[in-house]
Amino acid sequence: MTADPLDVPPDPADPFQPRSGQRGSGFLTGPLRLGTTPSATVGPYLAIGLTWPDGEWAAAEGTAGGFWIRGRVVDGAGDVVPDAMVETWQADPDGRFPSPEDPRGPSSYPGFRGYARAQTRTGEFAVFTLKPGRVPDGGGGLQAPHVDVSVFARGLLDRVVTRIYFADEAQANAEDAVLRALPEDRRGTLLATPAEDGYRFDIHLQGDRETVFFAV
Amino acid sequence: MTGTTSGGGLHLPGYLREPAEARTPLAFPGYRSTALRAPLRTPVDLPQRLTEVTGPVLGEDRVLPHDADLTLRRGGEALGQRILVHGRVLDSDGRPVPDALVEVWQANAAGRYRHVVDNWPAPLDPHFDGLGRVVTDSLGRYEFMTIKPGAYPWGNHHNAWRPAHIHFSLFGRAFTQRLVTQMYFPDDPLFGQDPIFNAIPAAARHRAISRFSLDRTQDNWALAFEWDIVLRGSEQTPFETDDDGDVA
Repeated sequence: MTADPLDVPPDPADPFQPRSGQRGSGFLTGPLRLGTTPSATVGPYLAIGLTWPDGEWAAAEGTAGGFWIRGRVVDGAGDVVPDAMVETWQADPDGRFPSPEDPRGPSSYPGFRGYARAQTRTGEFAVFTLKPGRVPDGGGGLQAPHVDVSVFARGLLDRVVTRIYFADEAQANAEDAVLRALPEDRRGTLLATPAEDGYRFDIHLQGDRETVFFAV
Repeated sequence: MTGTTSGGGLHLPGYLREPAEARTPLAFPGYRSTALRAPLRTPVDLPQRLTEVTGPVLGEDRVLPHDADLTLRRGGEALGQRILVHGRVLDSDGRPVPDALVEVWQANAAGRYRHVVDNWPAPLDPHFDGLGRVVTDSLGRYEFMTIKPGAYPWGNHHNAWRPAHIHFSLFGRAFTQRLVTQMYFPDDPLFGQDPIFNAIPAAARHRAISRFSLDRTQDNWALAFEWDIVLRGSEQTPFETDDDGDVA
């Protein structure tokens, strides 16, 4: 078990050691905490462990109103990343989540899982889903329809997190606290644009068009 | 659990945001693949709202009984040292995370992955595919039987070898808790030269290493290694302390 405060790291230069001139109180100065497990890259062989036959279906095939979100993951040289995994999580069209953690109670929207994962082996990821409803923003307003996204890949030592918003929700987007807090010239990196069978959303890991990534 | 009151009087949990120096950085110069892939801009703080504090329910229906034993595939026994890997999934408050999907993947005993891009000259094992899935029980416990993975070369630098490791993917209850990581074995002589291991801040590296467990070692059958996984728990404000470190 790796419990603090007995979980004293072996490194003598570490920040847990008292600073000079400071004495310990002999009391815990905070609640007992466990140190979190550090992340690591998924590496190049993620397809072995993380492939699901139904991975890309956040909504079941044939669900009314369903569409595809397709896109590329692009590196700092402009090359397509062919060994990434993109995961999505979002509300149903009523703005509710199929999760016991939703304090309003879990939704049970027919055919809706809310979660999808897709790899980029073909050069693109693709997830099939429904347009999420608007969700309270905690400040008395509503967020614009959005999808939370995690990207995993060889060369990323942790996931990176972004959000998909929808370019055809201009009014809701203009009211969204998260979008409004971003510099105007970067908001566009979060907008999925209408395409033939849904939307397109490319993710730029670096470069002039680097996607806005979030710390959650 | 501490939290914020959302619109409509919703009380949401707040999840711990660990300081950057306690987390694995996205980029690490010694790990060459990070150079063109790790984002260069500072990430923007995202308030934890409903989308971030909820997460999918992915449980028993994704797991078959044989998924917890990687040593018996395609009608035969995998070659290598049989090991039982077990432990608990907890959050940083020490609370078990029950009914959580744990996905693992790994190289075979010779250090070869069953994957088209792994073509170094080590043998494949017809009875080992390197994929396991389990769900934690009501106390957050998990276990699976496998073989100890071999080390393998990976071309990052001259004579670069990955220490033996097993990849883990976990969900927890909420989007904020999602974790993909790697479990290592005690006292591996390859730690010192491995940039993926050394990218972890020094004070946290020991949390990525399993420990040998004689208690769970099975007589005449398999060695056991124990590894607890800690996901982010509640955000808590440390008590105020005065200059002497006493509780104010």
